[in-house]
This record gives sequence, structure tokens and C-alpha cells, in this order.
Amino acid sequence: MAMTQATGATNPAPPSDRIRRVSATSRLLGRPAAGAFIIAIFVWIVFAILSTVGGSDVFYSVDGTLSYLDVAAQVGIVSTSVALLMIAGEFDLSIGSLIGFAGIVIGICVTTYGLPVWAGILISMVLTTLLGVVNGLIVVRTGLPSFIVTLATLFIIRGATQALTAQITQITYIPIAPAAIAADPIAGLFNWSIGNFKVSILWWILLAVIGVYILGRTRFGNWITGVGGSPSAARNLGVPVARVKILLFAGTALSAAILAAVQSMTFSSSDVLRGQGYELRAITTAVIGGCILTGGYGSVAGAAIGALALGMASIGIVFANINADWYLVALGTLLLVAVVLNNWIRRRFAGLR
Amino acid sequence: MQAMQPAPAAAGDVPLLEARNVSKYFGAVVAIEGVSLEVRAGQINCLLGDNGAGKSTLIKMLSGVHLPDEGSLAVDGQEVRFAAPRDALDAGIATVYQDLSVMPLMSISRNFFLGNEPTKGFGPFRRFDSHKAAQVAREEMKNIGIEVRDTDQLVGTLSGGERQTLAIARAEYFGARVLILDEPTSALGVKESAIVLRHAISARNRGLGVIFITHNVQHALPIGDTFTILTRGRAGGTFKRGDLDVEELHRLMGGGEELEELQADLEMLARREELGVEVPTVPIGESEGIGPDDGRLRGEDEPS
Repeated sequence: MAMTQATGATNPAPPSDRIRRVSATSRLLGRPAAGAFIIAIFVWIVFAILSTVGGSDVFYSVDGTLSYLDVAAQVGIVSTSVALLMIAGEFDLSIGSLIGFAGIVIGICVTTYGLPVWAGILISMVLTTLLGVVNGLIVVRTGLPSFIVTLATLFIIRGATQALTAQITQITYIPIAPAAIAADPIAGLFNWSIGNFKVSILWWILLAVIGVYILGRTRFGNWITGVGGSPSAARNLGVPVARVKILLFAGTALSAAILAAVQSMTFSSSDVLRGQGYELRAITTAVIGGCILTGGYGSVAGAAIGALALGMASIGIVFANINADWYLVALGTLLLVAVVLNNWIRRRFAGLR
Repeated sequence: MQAMQPAPAAAGDVPLLEARNVSKYFGAVVAIEGVSLEVRAGQINCLLGDNGAGKSTLIKMLSGVHLPDEGSLAVDGQEVRFAAPRDALDAGIATVYQDLSVMPLMSISRNFFLGNEPTKGFGPFRRFDSHKAAQVAREEMKNIGIEVRDTDQLVGTLSGGERQTLAIARAEYFGARVLILDEPTSALGVKESAIVLRHAISARNRGLGVIFITHNVQHALPIGDTFTILTRGRAGGTFKRGDLDVEELHRLMGGGEELEELQADLEMLARREELGVEVPTVPIGESEGIGPDDGRLRGEDEPS
């Protein structure tokens, strides 16, 4: 998004008398990601202080930083696609169950059917993405709110994953042989690490960069915002609304499969219960990142930074020697503060009344 | 409103866009039945009708949102079938909906090019040409009379009239030959309405055919070359400029009696006052305008 003033090139036209000249700071604060940025800095300061008071300097050590980055990356991997979907005006509550489903598919492929790990990962990605397409098709065809549709598919996918897994393997937790993972050509993409630096962090950043590029620099990105702003107006202007939404549902499902691959390769196992609560956490990061629930506005970079804030809070509490039970309190507070801040910023600096 | 010249003489022989005896039913409801309408190059046809007369359904057929159940559409005399809004757009028919045409939370240049984004680069690197988008949007807005300093500004910061103007400029830039304006002044104040009416006239003077939908006779009369009236889903006749005055138009639209009744009531009140009769204080004088156009009704969707 070029912040061009484009003087000189065209005309020295007298500016409209209703437009004030605004400072560079105001323009920066007018970006949708500004609130998330402020929140992340605030969270860092709070937990740096708390952990210092608690007598520990781990929080701002390299190892401490890498450990909260890994936690942030777990949710950050799905934040980008969830944010894009929210900007298009839809939700995917089924994402948590898709993470569990994708992991189990890898586990079953490798242990029950004896397939190589890479094949399991590919099959899992394809099947999970197809489920995302089904989500999208139901939403587009029925015209029902995606909140309800994906709440239903959340139950269905989670339930079916548990039932079928129990039937096929008699257990709901499938260990995958570490030797098979170590020997696999692509497993390393998901579990590589140096010390505490995990590859999940790179996935988080890579997906965020791709998301930022798509939203800000491509035609498709413009369609995403348009579809969320007003589906009927977008349709009248020739935007393929249904296709955009279905692709985005496929995108959230694929990102769930990527996260599942990271988790099962890292822990050498898959578990039907993985991914529980991710749907709401991912939406939380998107909202911290400046997405609004009605769609048409938001930021992928903001959502990625929102994931960072979440990661810092969940690990910061441990480092500060506070009972981890307080994590949800911190999370809720963070969300409320972020929404209020984002709302204020949008009114004050983006020029909207 | 001054400077409202009659239409240029060179109106085309063949109508740019025609609806021939079209009907549309929604279940048992007759939305439109047997209505014909045409617009020629360099003409403004005002489509007049009260709320619920079927104006929206008719334009949705003209713009490809609905297919007519009976009757047909023709462009340049050739019968056409619009299965989607895209088909109508490709035939040069652009519709500016009263509130559904722009996204308040998108920037001016992104709104301008939504669905028609300029790109640069190839293959996977084909990307939105934001520089060109900003430049063209600024230029086109300037041509139509609005100076935009920063095309990254959100459309939500523009006034209702400016948003309509943006939608009109966009339609013309993308090659519209027929401009359908759906109640463009219904949510606008007096001054902004005048600006939009002026845009309609200048589009006509550039040779476009304009279909101007409104229920406001005061806005239609000064700019229309022809007037088509809809009452309760059926055609109430098509008239040339000069054949009708305000009262007749109101009567034809079916609101005449109510307005006459109101007039009579007001006169009676005034007479009683002259006679010194005690008049109960009825708060009828509270709104300055009886029409929906008193400049305070602004149905803009504000972000919350």
C-alpha cells in the first residue's frame, strides 16, 4: 500500500477544503495493524516487569523469547488465514477440529496403512482442504451465517474424528515412530529446529508475509476486502463472491493442516483432541489485529502481531511465576483492551465518524 | 437549479437499452407486469414511482440481477439476456445503487477499481497496480469535479454525494453507455442532490443514456427528457418533457390524493386561525419538508 502523496506527477490541484493535512504519526496510526502493534509492546513491557519482579530474567533472554515465539507461531500459523476470512466477512469455527482431523489422518496413514510420512502429510493436507471447501460450499449455497455453519461442522468433524479413530485404531492417541519421521524427506519442513529456534516460527512468518502480499498487492486481495465490505455490491461490480469465499475457507483448512503437520512431526504423535480452542484463539488474534466482526476491514500483519501478543501472555505468565490459571483472565483482558483501542484508533485516525 | 438545457437534438434513433413488456413475479406477488421502458443516447429517462411501485425490481432486471419472467431486454435493438450483473456491465450498462455501490471501509482508489483492478507483472507475480489505481482514480474524480488529495483515504470519510459521484465516475471510466442511477438523491441533502443531478445532466451531454430512478418529482422534472411512471408494478405511461407538471406527475404516481388531502387540511387550519378559532396545537409544522428529502435523512452505513 503505497503511501504516495503523488504531487508533481499530475497536478498542483487545490486540495478539497474538507481534507485536513495529517501528520505522519496519524497516518501510521490510521493503519489497521497499529492497535496490535501497541498491544504487543504493552504486553511485552507488562510481562518483562512482572517477571523481573518475580525474580527471573528469562522472559527477555534469547531462550525465553524463542519459547514464546514458538507458542505464538502455533496460533500464528492459522491467524493469517482466519484474518483473511474475517476480512471477507466470514468465520471458521471448525478450524480447531480440522487441526485434530489433519493430525489423525497423518497418524492413521503412517501407522495403520504403513504409508511414508510425506504421503501421510500430503493426504492430510488434501483431505483437510477439501473439508474447508465443503465448509465454503455450505456457507455460499445456503447463505447461512458461517458462524452457525462452521459451529455445526466443528462438532461434526471433531466427533467423526474421535469416533472413526477409535474404530480404526482402538485408541485416540497415535504415536508415530520417531525413526520414520527422522528418515522422511519432508518431515523436516515441519519439525526442524536449532536449539529453541523452531521451524514453526518460520511458517508463521512465511504465511503472514504471503497473507500480507495477497491482501495488499493482488486483485484477489482487493476482492477479499470488497466481499467483506458488501457482498451484493461486490457481486454487482463483477467480483466472483462465492469463489473468493470458498477459496478462503480452503485456505483456513490448509493452514490447519500445516499446523497439524508441525505438531505431529514435533511431538511424534497425533491426537484427536489437538487443536481444541484454536478457533477462538485465532479469532482473538485477528480481532487484536484490527479485523472487525462485520468484515471488510482488517490486517493480516495485525493478526500475526496479535498471535505474538498471545504467545507472550501465555508464556509470560509462567515466567512471572503466576499461576497459569490466570492465563484466560489475561487473554480476555487483552482482547477487550485491544477491541476498545482498535475502535478508538479507527474513529480517531482513519477518519471515520 | 439553473442551466438545465433540453436534451441535445442528436438523440440516437435506436434505443441504447429497452425493456419490452417485461414482467417479474415473486411467488404470488406481482413485482412488475408488462412494463416497457427505453433510453436513447443523450437522453435522461426518469423512472418515477412511489415506494413499492416496482422500480427496484425493474432496474434489477435491466442490470442483470434478475431475469425477467416474461418479456425481453434489448441493447441497440438486439435482444439480449443478462444472466449476471457482469453481462450487463459488459454490454455497457452500469448501475449505481443508492447505498450498495461503494465500500465505506475501502480506500477511494480500491473502491474505484473493485472488480476491475489494474495489474502489473506476470504469472504468480501479477499484482495490483496501486500506483496506477491511485493516479487514475484521482484523475477521474477531478474530471467529474472532486479534488482528492489522498486516494488512500477511506470512502467512509466522504459525504453521501461524493460517494455517488465516485460510483458515477467509476461507471463512466469503465465504458458505461447507459447509466442507471437508483434513487441517487434520496439520502442526500439539497446541495448534494444538486451536485448529483448535475452529474446526470453532464453524463447525458456526453452522449450517455441515463435512467434516473426517483420518487422525487422535484428532482425528476428539471432534468428528464422522458418520464416513465410505475404504479403498483404496472406502467402508468411514458411522457415527454413539457407534457406534464408537478401535480399531474404526483397524481400519476398515485400519491396525488394524499398530497391534496394534506393541502386541504392545511388550508382549513389556516382559515380557522384567521377566524380566531381555538386551534389545537398539532405538531405538523415540525418538519420543514414533507418529502423524504429534507436533507437530514442520511442512511449511510457507518462502521460501529
